[in-house]
Amino acid sequence: MARQASKSSLLFSGSDWDFKTLSRAYDAIEALAVEELHLDTYPVQMEIISSQQMLDAYSSIGMPLMYRHWSFGKHFLHQDLLYRKGGRGLAYELVINSNPCIVYLMEENTMALQALVTAHAALGHNHFFKNNQLFKQWTDAGAILSYLDFAKGYIVRCEERHGLAAVEAVLDSAHALMDQGVFRYHRPPRLSSERQREGIRERLEYEERSYNDLWRTLPPSQQAANDKDQDPERKKSLNLPEENLLYFLEKNSPVLEPWQREIIRIVRVIAQYFYPQRQTQVMNEGCATFVHYTLMNMLFDRGQISEGAMLEILRNHSNVVFQPAFDDPRFSGINPYALGLDMMQDIKRISTKPTAEDRDWFPDIAGQGNWREVLLDAWADHRDESFIRQYLSPALIRKWRFFVLGDAADQPHCLVASIHDERGYAKIRATLANSYDLGANRPDIQVVDVDLLGDRHLRLQHKVNDGILLEDASRDATLRHIRRLWGYEVSLAAMDAETGATIHERSTSQIAE
Amino acid sequence: MPIFIDRRLNPKDKSLGNRQRFLRRAREELKRSIRDQIRTGRIADADSEHAVRMPERGTSEPSFNNARDSGRRQHILPGNRHFSAGDLIPKPGGGGGGASSPGDKASEDDFRFVLSREEVLDLFFEDLELPDMVKLNLKEILAFKPRRAGFAATGSPTNIAVGRTMRNSHGRRIALRRPKQVELDAILEEIASLEEAPSSTAARQRIAALREELDRLERRRRRIAYVDPVDIRFNRFDPRPVPNANAVMFCLMDVSGSMGEREKDLAKRFFVLLHLFLKRRYDRIEIVFIRHTHLAQEVDEETFFYNTQSGGTVVSTALEEMHRIIASRYPAHDWNIYAAQASDGDNFAGDSERCISLLNGELMRLCQYFAYVEIIDEREAHIFGSTENGTSLWRAYNAIDQKWPNFQMSRIATPADIYPVFRQLFGRQPASLKRA
Repeated sequence: MARQASKSSLLFSGSDWDFKTLSRAYDAIEALAVEELHLDTYPVQMEIISSQQMLDAYSSIGMPLMYRHWSFGKHFLHQDLLYRKGGRGLAYELVINSNPCIVYLMEENTMALQALVTAHAALGHNHFFKNNQLFKQWTDAGAILSYLDFAKGYIVRCEERHGLAAVEAVLDSAHALMDQGVFRYHRPPRLSSERQREGIRERLEYEERSYNDLWRTLPPSQQAANDKDQDPERKKSLNLPEENLLYFLEKNSPVLEPWQREIIRIVRVIAQYFYPQRQTQVMNEGCATFVHYTLMNMLFDRGQISEGAMLEILRNHSNVVFQPAFDDPRFSGINPYALGLDMMQDIKRISTKPTAEDRDWFPDIAGQGNWREVLLDAWADHRDESFIRQYLSPALIRKWRFFVLGDAADQPHCLVASIHDERGYAKIRATLANSYDLGANRPDIQVVDVDLLGDRHLRLQHKVNDGILLEDASRDATLRHIRRLWGYEVSLAAMDAETGATIHERSTSQIAE
Repeated sequence: MPIFIDRRLNPKDKSLGNRQRFLRRAREELKRSIRDQIRTGRIADADSEHAVRMPERGTSEPSFNNARDSGRRQHILPGNRHFSAGDLIPKPGGGGGGASSPGDKASEDDFRFVLSREEVLDLFFEDLELPDMVKLNLKEILAFKPRRAGFAATGSPTNIAVGRTMRNSHGRRIALRRPKQVELDAILEEIASLEEAPSSTAARQRIAALREELDRLERRRRRIAYVDPVDIRFNRFDPRPVPNANAVMFCLMDVSGSMGEREKDLAKRFFVLLHLFLKRRYDRIEIVFIRHTHLAQEVDEETFFYNTQSGGTVVSTALEEMHRIIASRYPAHDWNIYAAQASDGDNFAGDSERCISLLNGELMRLCQYFAYVEIIDEREAHIFGSTENGTSLWRAYNAIDQKWPNFQMSRIATPADIYPVFRQLFGRQPASLKRA
């Protein structure tokens, strides 16, 4: 069919691109995406950038606007070196979860690549951002750019007023706690408009000026100090235990100025904004890869892409979804593009041509026929962990030849716990799903108590799962940062999650400044 | 249809502010690293880009991380070939953190990045305590003058070469046979005259033909522009460095046993600073290294700083050697001659007199500038502070200092003491320094 198509039906020919061709390709791809895959996307803004600008974007965590901080300079030097030495190529595109959806295209890309990237980012990622529950509930695509603009300006003003060093100190400390600066279980409030933010800030300042139990200067009565019944009440008033350390410090630290609280809030909001992305790597990349692969093949079948361009597209596609085995020197973990694409193609297969095994494992979708609906639902409702738990099929486990390796620190050997056989499928599926569960993999650290009446000692608790402790040096350094934000002694108790026994306790008084 | 924005022409170096913040943060460590490089590198290389190792202190970004060597984990890996459930695999040696835990963090510490010349000089100047104006002067690069160099197809509108452009346009109009205004006028005239005359069939046909011709010519004129962008030429200017004279710099150093590591390091910085100063002012600088004990010889830079030699100390031998080299290779009318001498002040008894006569006799007349530093112990610094008496060489040179305005001398104990030696040099206007 492709060979019969006349030259004029081609979307582009040759490797050079111009804005007219880009636009025509986008229109054709978008029409196809809506018609064939029923995608639903934000409007798109495509920006052409140079490699230098791509490196800039890399170092400011991929955002078009970012406040200034030395760590971004350090990352830039690092990325720049890797790129120059040829250690790492640059991404062909970068896409930002915003409304309109911003897609960066590299100027060096050939037209075939630009078409591939358009399908991948401007439609695949875009659809995912707009429709996935996590993004819908936890991020606000419409407000993020104006918020970053506000953040950048605010930090510049703080630097002018309070000096670079003071601002840097707060940012350093806040960055150290970024991982502990997100709400994992309840939805964060929406980003408010500029005016509302102003109002909230004023209210915050008022609150600080007015009464807070932390600032009580009268000596406590003996009776009150002994009264253990106060415990639950105090914890309740401070909303303890609290998993979001940055939030707790922002609201309750006795030493921070209002502007310092606002900076912590900025870091916290950005951490929260990226939290869904980190939970949906496989799905997000899988969705985008599935979309570009499907759309490019359709365009080729309709004779709108030439064979030469298709070959180039396929070569890049196969580079992206390359998955070496665990004993290959190139192995560096599971490739989310490859896993995502394979799972989604597998869902398509199960929906249309199921085997008896699939009917056993997936009674509700096997042979259901309408694979588009199944995929759209999966994209909307899941994050990596639940997606894998729900949809990883035995056929795919066999294809990937997955195995589970048990690794206990005190044993000289690793134990092969399960392989791709009848007894192992369920275990492999659960283990793979768990490995994408951020909540389970990041250290679980919470604020459990504050000694309000005494020395304002802040107590944190680390729930130790499976005996996995914290790295000593970075733990001490991070505790120092918390101390800086809290102003008084901070201690971290490691508690075994199963037995409830305290393993050890580390306090800032034991750590040299 | 999406919105397209071309960002390629946006200002570059968006992350420059971040880089500056990073350099400031790592300042101490970078400074040490640059100082080491300048100490071990060649004098002439001080003034260029340097690659430095990523500093570790002060630039770590800690966070709570799971320790690799504790607890029980389950890894999931693809590509099983021959394992069955229950197999035991010995852990690979070292680290012990599991067979191949995915996502090993690449070490960021072990890489080097390049500091620009400006950044290097900033760090180098910092503990020399140079005044800001001098820093600015030293960083200033050679002056350039634009000089006409033919024509170019690109350029700024102010540089359009009108004559050349019109000549191109003319040639193109002829080649493409653009209808001239006179041809059109002639046709118009003929139409007018035909229309005035009583109409006949022949005349009407003629008018129709002429109008068609006129129309064709006008369309052609519209298509072939009078001046097309391809015609436009710009005057091209080549930046030419402003011509400057040559300079030669003599580095004289006592290398007898009394000069230790610290003394040589200070001496080197003293030489580097003079070299930077000369480099700014002269196109071509040669450096001659003369070391001496009781004998003087010209050596290369490596030998100068790193080879030790034993023997007494006779300073005049170095001055004689310098005189000999000037006479044979650097005639004073072609070269600006600068000399920098570093010593610990030791000299063979009676030789100082000879130094005085050598300098008074010929050398000071040949030299643009002669700087002498005596490197002293930090503990002695406050004793010698400002007193006139000192080593025999110091007393001898003091006499020269009184007599010659282009002679400078100083005792240095720390890097910060070096600059005052050159104060006079930097204070003067460039014009008065240049000869002919």
